Amino acid sequence: MRDTPSDLPIKLEAVTVRAGAVSILRDVTLEIASGAPTVLLGPNGSGKSTLIRLGMRLISPSAGRITFGGHSAASGTRSAVVFQKPVMLRRTAAANIAFALLAAGRPSDAGTVFHLLSQVGLAALADRPARRLSGGEQQRLALARALARTPEVLYLDEPTASLDPAATKSVEDIIARTASEGIKIVMATHDLGQARRLAGDIVFLAGGRIVEQAASPHFFTSPSTDAARRFLAGDLVL
Amino acid sequence: MNATDAVQLIWSGDANLFAIVRLSLAVTLAATFLAAVLGLPLGAFAALVRFPGRELLVVVLNAFMGLPPVVVGLVVFLLLSRAGPLGELGLLFTPTAMVVAQTMLITPIVAALTRQVIEDLWAEYREEFQAMQVGPLARVGALLWDARFSLVTILLAGFGRAAAEVGAVIIVGGNIDGFTRVMTTTIALETSKGNLALAVGLGLVLISLVMTVNALAWSVRRWSEKHAA
Amino acid sequence: MDFRSLVFALIALITPILSCGPAAAQEKSIVVASTTSTQDSGLFGHILPMFKAKTGIDVKVVAQGTGQALDTGRRGDADVVFVHAKAQEEQFVADGFGVKRFDVMYNDFILVGPKSDPAKVKGSKDILAGLKTINDNAAPFVSRGDKSGTHSAELALWKAAGLDPAGTKPTWYREIGQGMGAALNTASAMGGYVLADRGTWLSFKNKGDLEIVLEGDKRLFNQYGIILVNPAKHAHIKKEMGQQFIDWVISAEGQGAIRSYQIDGQQLFFPNATVSG
Repeated sequence: MRDTPSDLPIKLEAVTVRAGAVSILRDVTLEIASGAPTVLLGPNGSGKSTLIRLGMRLISPSAGRITFGGHSAASGTRSAVVFQKPVMLRRTAAANIAFALLAAGRPSDAGTVFHLLSQVGLAALADRPARRLSGGEQQRLALARALARTPEVLYLDEPTASLDPAATKSVEDIIARTASEGIKIVMATHDLGQARRLAGDIVFLAGGRIVEQAASPHFFTSPSTDAARRFLAGDLVL
Repeated sequence: MNATDAVQLIWSGDANLFAIVRLSLAVTLAATFLAAVLGLPLGAFAALVRFPGRELLVVVLNAFMGLPPVVVGLVVFLLLSRAGPLGELGLLFTPTAMVVAQTMLITPIVAALTRQVIEDLWAEYREEFQAMQVGPLARVGALLWDARFSLVTILLAGFGRAAAEVGAVIIVGGNIDGFTRVMTTTIALETSKGNLALAVGLGLVLISLVMTVNALAWSVRRWSEKHAA
Repeated sequence: MDFRSLVFALIALITPILSCGPAAAQEKSIVVASTTSTQDSGLFGHILPMFKAKTGIDVKVVAQGTGQALDTGRRGDADVVFVHAKAQEEQFVADGFGVKRFDVMYNDFILVGPKSDPAKVKGSKDILAGLKTINDNAAPFVSRGDKSGTHSAELALWKAAGLDPAGTKPTWYREIGQGMGAALNTASAMGGYVLADRGTWLSFKNKGDLEIVLEGDKRLFNQYGIILVNPAKHAHIKKEMGQQFIDWVISAEGQGAIRSYQIDGQQLFFPNATVSG
């Protein structure tokens, strides 16, 4: 797994993704480079999740091109993803981690499992059936599963959308720490505050198109598009 | 003899009855085990692999859940009879033939229900497994393990079906005294001899046997839920 | 723990019981295809232990209707056939499936019916007259309808009486396609008449409202025969042990064993083997 070529930078050129007659992403041109977290910001249905699935190579573009570090999508990837509603295997928390390690071709010894669980603060719950964990705990476990792949790029799809503030804080702390360890974060959210707290770059989407792209403080203080301004002001952007 | 006499006779630990009970359990448990070995992978395969004729296989498996035991018995009889293609094996009128017939009877049940369970579970796990790049073999193993409680219930359904049937075992086993006589065939025999009270008593014994097996499976499940291995 | 050791425990329980399959073919045993009436009467439970004590041979009886038993012999799935339908047995030998037929024993058929006797059969010793009045009164009659020895005898009697209910299928004639015990159960439940063999009747435990309404007619004589399945047709037939069984059954000892079988002080079967067959 170590010698898989780098996924970065990810370049999308005029990518369109259609589902039947509906276009979910239209004519998207985007570059995601290594460095600070990239936050995909936008209302529900704007195409953020679809972009993440493209990055994870779970789907392919209907039109346009996507390359990973200069290669097309065929080769292996070390990316990992935390879905909005992660699915826990019907086993203990530790067994979930072990499964992810094995799938990534890494040894699943107790030490490695414990280390990953500690990184997300779940070491004490190692033997709890994963399905009996709280929402926040499950999200953290999903994070640990993703980290088990020692990813180059970590995708997060609305990771704290259904969590209370305390759980949100603990998840955000882990994300921030992961970013500082050099892992590229690509995170989708519709929460302005979260975007402001975590982002390096903002990619603002609406209706399947990229409306604006900017570095974080700049986007919030002086957005250049009308749609961005209205979104920041709290209006519904269709 | 009235019903109480019959139950008393049974519980006095008649050695002949004990042998019959032991054979019934052995035949049906063996058939359930074989049906698991054949049916679980078959069901998982039908759930996960897209191949031409898959839809037909699913329809056939579902339909065969309702195979009449007496028809299965007849088919196995024709196969194992000395005059039949597998006659050389000399298996007709032996417990092995009974296991074969019951296995054929319940494998479709195990396979069809496993297919449904695994298909539903796969729909739930698909994206995560794709994202984690789980290989096909690991995928099957993970799904079967995660579905274990449902699968145990499926096997118990198969066990119940086999334990209850008489049509197949009587044709291929011959209901030979001391050799291929099981609970259901004994009940049929005692009924035809007019020993109705005894037949009812034996029926109650059979039901409590099946209950015991189910209770055991339930406690294994409760135990492992607590220890969630 | 647990799951794996449970599986091993199950296998340990099951294997010894199932290893008597093809292995058993090597031990001393033969398969005898006989009729449900012989089994239901309890005769085998009485005489077979005597044979085993003498020779050490296990006799495995598969009880089916006469038609099915002869078919089992034709297929080579039994070593010996022991039924009660002389015409069919002689055809069996003539067709080359059996070596030789020996008379073993006889009992008789009886006409059994409800105590209330709606067809007024009682009082006669003429079975044909009895059948005629059942037909004329359209009284319920249960037929085995299963090509058994009893069924063949029943059909022959109807024919001798000039009637054919099996062909015309009037509603009072109920063909059930099952053995003697089931036929008696059915007759008891519906208050009908049925032709039964005395052996099964005597040992039947659910007589209910039924009793013997007609007996003693010479035409009700029921002869049993035993035949070795022809090893020329099926090489695996255990001909020595099969012949040993036949020899014992028609010997003084075997005939004595048959004679000694009684229920409530009544003898069920009357041995009538002649040494030369």
